[in-house]
Amino acid sequence: MTDYLIRGADVLGRGVADIAVCEGRIVDPELVAGSDPEIVDAAGLVALPGLVDMHTHLREPGKEDAETVLSGSRSAAAGGYTCVHAMANTAPVADTAGVVEQVHRLGRAAGFTEVVPVGAVTTGLEGKQLAELGAMARSEARVRMFSDDGICVSDPLLMRRALEYVKTFDGIIAQHAQEPRLTEGAQMNEGTVSAELGLPGWPAVAEESIIARDVLLAEHVGSRLHICHASTAGSVDLIRWAKSRGVAVTAEVTPHHLMLTDELVRSFDPVFKVNPPLRTDADVQALREALADGTIDVVGTDHAPHTAEHKCSEWTAAAMGMVGMETALSIVVEAMREHDFDFGDVARVMSATPARITGASGHGSLAIGASANIVLVDPDAPHRIEPSAHATKGRNNPFDGLEVRARITDTFFYGHRVLAAGALTTPHPAGATWTDQ
Amino acid sequence: MKHLLDTASLSRADAIGILDIAEEMTLVSEREVKKLPVLRGRTVVNLFFEDSTRTRLSFEAAAKRLSADVLNFSAKGSSVSKGESLQDTIQTISAMGADAIVVRHGGAGTAHRLAHTGWIDVPVINAGDGTHEHPTQALLDAFTLRRALAGVPASGPVAGGPRGRGLDGAKVAIVGDILHSRVARSNVHLLARLGADVHLIAPPTLLPWGVEHWPVTVHFDFDEALRSEDFAAVMMLRVQHERMHESFFPNEREYARLWGLSAARFEKLPAHTFIMHPGPMNRGFEISAAAADSPRALVLDQVENGVSVRMAVLYRLLTGQEETND
Amino acid sequence: MTQRTVLDAADISRAITRIAHEIIESNKGSDDLVLLGIPRRGVPLALRLAEAIASISGRPEAATELAGSLDITMYRDDLRGGSYRAPEPTSIPASGIDAKTVVLVDDVLFSGRTIRAGLDALADVGRPAKVRLAVLVDRGHRDLPIRADHVGKNLPTSSSERVNVSLDEIDGSDSVTISGGRE
Repeated sequence: MTDYLIRGADVLGRGVADIAVCEGRIVDPELVAGSDPEIVDAAGLVALPGLVDMHTHLREPGKEDAETVLSGSRSAAAGGYTCVHAMANTAPVADTAGVVEQVHRLGRAAGFTEVVPVGAVTTGLEGKQLAELGAMARSEARVRMFSDDGICVSDPLLMRRALEYVKTFDGIIAQHAQEPRLTEGAQMNEGTVSAELGLPGWPAVAEESIIARDVLLAEHVGSRLHICHASTAGSVDLIRWAKSRGVAVTAEVTPHHLMLTDELVRSFDPVFKVNPPLRTDADVQALREALADGTIDVVGTDHAPHTAEHKCSEWTAAAMGMVGMETALSIVVEAMREHDFDFGDVARVMSATPARITGASGHGSLAIGASANIVLVDPDAPHRIEPSAHATKGRNNPFDGLEVRARITDTFFYGHRVLAAGALTTPHPAGATWTDQ
Repeated sequence: MKHLLDTASLSRADAIGILDIAEEMTLVSEREVKKLPVLRGRTVVNLFFEDSTRTRLSFEAAAKRLSADVLNFSAKGSSVSKGESLQDTIQTISAMGADAIVVRHGGAGTAHRLAHTGWIDVPVINAGDGTHEHPTQALLDAFTLRRALAGVPASGPVAGGPRGRGLDGAKVAIVGDILHSRVARSNVHLLARLGADVHLIAPPTLLPWGVEHWPVTVHFDFDEALRSEDFAAVMMLRVQHERMHESFFPNEREYARLWGLSAARFEKLPAHTFIMHPGPMNRGFEISAAAADSPRALVLDQVENGVSVRMAVLYRLLTGQEETND
Repeated sequence: MTQRTVLDAADISRAITRIAHEIIESNKGSDDLVLLGIPRRGVPLALRLAEAIASISGRPEAATELAGSLDITMYRDDLRGGSYRAPEPTSIPASGIDAKTVVLVDDVLFSGRTIRAGLDALADVGRPAKVRLAVLVDRGHRDLPIRADHVGKNLPTSSSERVNVSLDEIDGSDSVTISGGRE
């Protein structure tokens, strides 16, 4: 493998230093001095640990026309992600060891990012009985996070059992908080805009009531709970309250919920149709503050590619979801510009904390001896977002045409430069063996 | 004005302009030849994803009186469930040479989508989209009310019709299922823009969230509203049968008792209050026969005016390309 | 831009009186006569002619029964392109036009297309016995085989010139001017 000397990068935006990469690990720069490493001139660039996405839909198996593990992995690398968690709502559903191992193997074969499967909480995402959580945990894929994402585990007893059961292997349940009865037929946030447009509303209380219930359940049984894509100011208050009581809850926000509001639905363009829906400006402000003060722990993309057929339709028939891995970092930087939030904070919410929550041990650190999962960012490269140029198959990016400042230039994935000066290169040369540590 | 998608974005001047053209259109019905050559050789497509014989016939009559050819395309259910996307459907129809598309669809925003995606480049008229808007219904309601308040026959040819006017100062009550009513939404915007004082009367379960931000006065209690306000018109809305089993109200009897225009309530109305209903009516439920059949009921005038108003809309969108002062 | 007056208020008044006499003469009186002005400036001209005819016939109160308006907007042959035109009111005298002599009245006769549209519009309203045309100004340059029966003034113009008719009822004063053209 090629050794690298990354010269003059602003590490975490907190000071210029050189970073040396040798045999897939970060080493003391003096160690590579004699081995003629490839020099990467990183003057003016910021170095961060490779990003970790707790929430990605790679669509394979089942919907390979929307995304594959390979296309999604390339998209991840282009977005600076060295580890992504692939949600379970595939076809077949990732509710057995066989399916999660298949996804895991496809990720290794792709070789652009570490693909960690998320297991389903319930069989077939049907909310009736627990999936084979233990078998998935013990499989080659070593699943630790379980989620029925896309569907809420709404049965309180089943949720309690799941929270308790995954303690066996220090697992975590990631809840898609959506009270199903309160959101029947819902098409957008319930508010003044939905009232005017006559689209059935998805009220904030449908998210908040489930979060309230689940933090109390997690407290009661002493389990770890992760809240997927929190989207309302009320959710932030509940999570803050739960944390003040010592509940082991973590929470995630998506880039789009940090940036966009339901006013966009007035266009009836289904690119803005997503679940949970875009909320109000007050919600956006509350989410930004919560991300800055640590109430919300991580940014997860909820990258949800759809084929054009599922978006080039009338609003009510269109699929919910947005892609976002390739724009996540730029959007987070833009969204948090008004806050006291530097690149160290970006690394915390997009890399170190998600790595800690999911137990992704090879990620989240630039310390000497850590796996060389590194991303270089040009913080001052104004450009317009161009979804048609992205590596993902999904073209449903809501930020089309938006001008942003930060651009990902390089991604080092276990020591291999999968993205070089903005261009994807080759998969990790070690093939399927790179994760062996 | 390229499309008619909603009344929310319709200016007062454009609305009055359409009502005034509709006044001219009513005169056609008393002529020797009840047709105008305006749209000769042009094709209007009625694209109905939802059944609505009444609205379709009204648009068809309007187009034919303007000498247009009419193609009716009925595509019940969602286009995706049929395996054909909305884009394919619309482009197929466009390829048949449509000069305007009248679209009715069960989902809010579909007319907007057709108008703004670039799939087609012809005027789009929203004939009802989900629970969003039904702008021609609101225009025909405004036309009917403007006539009635001017003291001239509410429908039919009137040489000195009330041209140029709005509905300034008229107090109008809209009663019933506001939440699920595209007619109510279109009427709220249009009536307010024409200067009317709009009141909504409904149980809280049938009012949209955030209705307090609308340019209206809200009453939960029908009787109290009738006692405290002097309405120029009371517009009753149809309550869809499927609502009756979704706990929006306990049962039909209670709804009829509290929010129906019963004979007793009708008797108490001032003699100058007109009764309106977009049809079809649930007699004995939201409206009593006594009210529906009274001389002050404008229900049939509304239907008759629908044709003139839709002629006016077609004329407005299919002739000329831009505003002019000459 | 140069502008010269070709008819002043007194000239217009004299022209209307003369045309009124011509109409009475050719119609052998004012019976079964309807004057339909083409909006906008044909309408006040038709009313003025009706007043003159009624007064000459010794029945000044009959003027409003003689005059009406006939909008031709919806019969134009250029509706598709160009600018949007709001239709103007059509108002036919209560006794109708069937079997009558209808005099179409307009301010300026130019291409003839307006009058062509007027004839179509008239046919949809009823079946007159005769249709005549009276105009204040005939400026030539016809596109269609149409001519006026009664003309206030024949005005040779170049096609690049503009004939402006002002009438008191609409514009606040009476005049006909020519502007533009090559100098």
